[in-house]
Amino acid sequence: MSADALAPVAGPQPDSTGHFGRFGGRFVPEALVAALDELDGAWRTAMADESFRAEFGALLRDYAGTPSLLYEARRFSAKVGARVLLKREDLNHTGAHKVRNVLGQALLTKRMGKTRVIAETGAGQHGVATATAAALFDLECVVYMGQVDTERQALNVARMRMLGATVVPVTNGSRTLKDAMNEAMRDWVANVDQTHYLIGTAAGPHPFPAMVRDFVRGIGDEARQQCLDLTGELPDAVTACVGGGSNALGIFHAFVGDEAVRLYGFEAGGDGLATGRHAASITGGSTGVLHGTRTFVLQDADGQTLESHSISAGLDYPGVGPEHAWLHDTGRASYLPVTDDEAMAAFELLCRTEGIIPAIESAHALAGTVALAPKLAAELGREPTIVVNLSGRGDKDVHTAGDYFGILDKER
Amino acid sequence: MSRIGVAFDKARADGRALLVGCMPAGFPTVEGSIAAMTAMVEAGVDVIEVEIPYSDPVMDGPVIQRASDIALAGGVRTADTMRIIEAVAATGAPVVTMTYWNPVERYGVDVFARDLASAGGTGLITPDLIPDEADEWLAASDAHGLDRTFLVSPSSTDARLSMTVQHCRGFVYATAVMGVTGARARTSDAAPTLVSRARAVTDLPIGVGLGVGTGAQAGTVAGYADGVIVGSALVRCVLDAPTEADGLAALRTLSAELAEGVRNPTR
Repeated sequence: MSADALAPVAGPQPDSTGHFGRFGGRFVPEALVAALDELDGAWRTAMADESFRAEFGALLRDYAGTPSLLYEARRFSAKVGARVLLKREDLNHTGAHKVRNVLGQALLTKRMGKTRVIAETGAGQHGVATATAAALFDLECVVYMGQVDTERQALNVARMRMLGATVVPVTNGSRTLKDAMNEAMRDWVANVDQTHYLIGTAAGPHPFPAMVRDFVRGIGDEARQQCLDLTGELPDAVTACVGGGSNALGIFHAFVGDEAVRLYGFEAGGDGLATGRHAASITGGSTGVLHGTRTFVLQDADGQTLESHSISAGLDYPGVGPEHAWLHDTGRASYLPVTDDEAMAAFELLCRTEGIIPAIESAHALAGTVALAPKLAAELGREPTIVVNLSGRGDKDVHTAGDYFGILDKER
Repeated sequence: MSRIGVAFDKARADGRALLVGCMPAGFPTVEGSIAAMTAMVEAGVDVIEVEIPYSDPVMDGPVIQRASDIALAGGVRTADTMRIIEAVAATGAPVVTMTYWNPVERYGVDVFARDLASAGGTGLITPDLIPDEADEWLAASDAHGLDRTFLVSPSSTDARLSMTVQHCRGFVYATAVMGVTGARARTSDAAPTLVSRARAVTDLPIGVGLGVGTGAQAGTVAGYADGVIVGSALVRCVLDAPTEADGLAALRTLSAELAEGVRNPTR
């Protein structure tokens, strides 16, 4: 099925200027509008072009290693009280669903005749994925990363440099992901002729949210068919973690039209919503404009962006993709916070029951599933089937998790 | 005609360009920013552009970012900005406000417009709000008699240029370079072309900003534009000064130099 991962489907689409209900749109300097229009045109043309779809499909299959498996996690299921099917995006090349997006955008970059890509990264996963695609496609690559993050994630900085990328530590503002995104925007405004801004999630100005969603929606297309093949039925629920929200939209999209399938997005609740130290933009934020789009934002009474907090660097972002804001508004998907502690308990449970070390991001989806299972079982009067997007692997998180569980040997 | 329009006309009649000087509200403090803007007016700046500090200013370079961070760390609120505008407007100079969109949306677009008008502000420059998304602002600015300055860029297509200036009132802001705010060694080659493209589709005065920092550069820009907009170079006077008094002195010196520049257009 990945051979035609961009085949049109009847899922929800934004209006022609990128609005999902009252969310989305373009809140950008005029200087970027021409580039966004060019990108929008290139994306639409590519979507309609069978040769582009074939090339993308071949890359996903031969290079990224998709379709990823849908694995029935029996020992985990027994602990949880639901039939849990894991969509193994952690097995993709570079270790997460993100490779799908970067390959799609790198192909588009080539089609637009641009020679340079820039990206923002928090923990470094999207930076590594972008650097990977840039190496493969022979593109110059500059990655902006908050200085706080370059220090926390020194190994990923090294990985990006090995792949030939330039990593620029950002020293403005809070020196984290949102500031890296600001800096990437500034670079883009200044160098837009030769440069594509390869945004790492389904956020930002139109067409990024819909375009990124389309590049990763193979996750759900595959999972839906795999679930039917395995169980003969659609699942009762599909769950995913939500930071910017690309992995969640990727798996939700194919199921949005299946009204009986419940969709759950689990946000990073950090220390708990009541503490104010979290990254739950939908459940703990309010409507605002950030990084080019109208969505839910963590902000103060004057509209200044608040710092987010999460044990998971990949979810540590004070906004969310506008399509999620809209799915929340319409009630089609439900969003709930998961605290650091709940996520880490689920992280440990998957390690011990299945021998799979998940990304801490994905552990939020697992923890949400653990809490959801008994409620759904009670409601349905039977064991529910739940498809969980295991969006990434935990290699990058070993240090954080080791620290959390206190299992690292003391410094020599 | 708006107060800004009158000021532009007067400058044009005098054979010179209008000098617009920008300073973030609340930088370095609320009172300090009022003192700085007042000094700028006294030294020859015609119009004060008060920038509302914002946590994520994507159109600004490092100097204005740092000043905005200082203002926010000092606790400046949007309501303080209104007070600053009122104080600066009392000098008699027209005061235009530059703001990213989220603080306005959070304040409430119509309430913001009402309070801005009652503080004596003439209108808004909106770096990340394009007319395509501006329905609420178009209505509020009409209701409260405020000017609307949207940006045009060297990358704007003819169709967008024309659409954008149609939605402007007061003046048009032409961004001289593809990039963010900040003084540059050379003024832009793209700016004269952009200004003449804009003139073909509007009679509104056109201000040019981004990268102007010296009297000579102001003179060059005054040669083809109606307004010369200076931000980072002025902000730097305050940012780099060891004391507030030194900052004000540097600000007066540069303001006077720029005022001289706009009176000696290089044609």
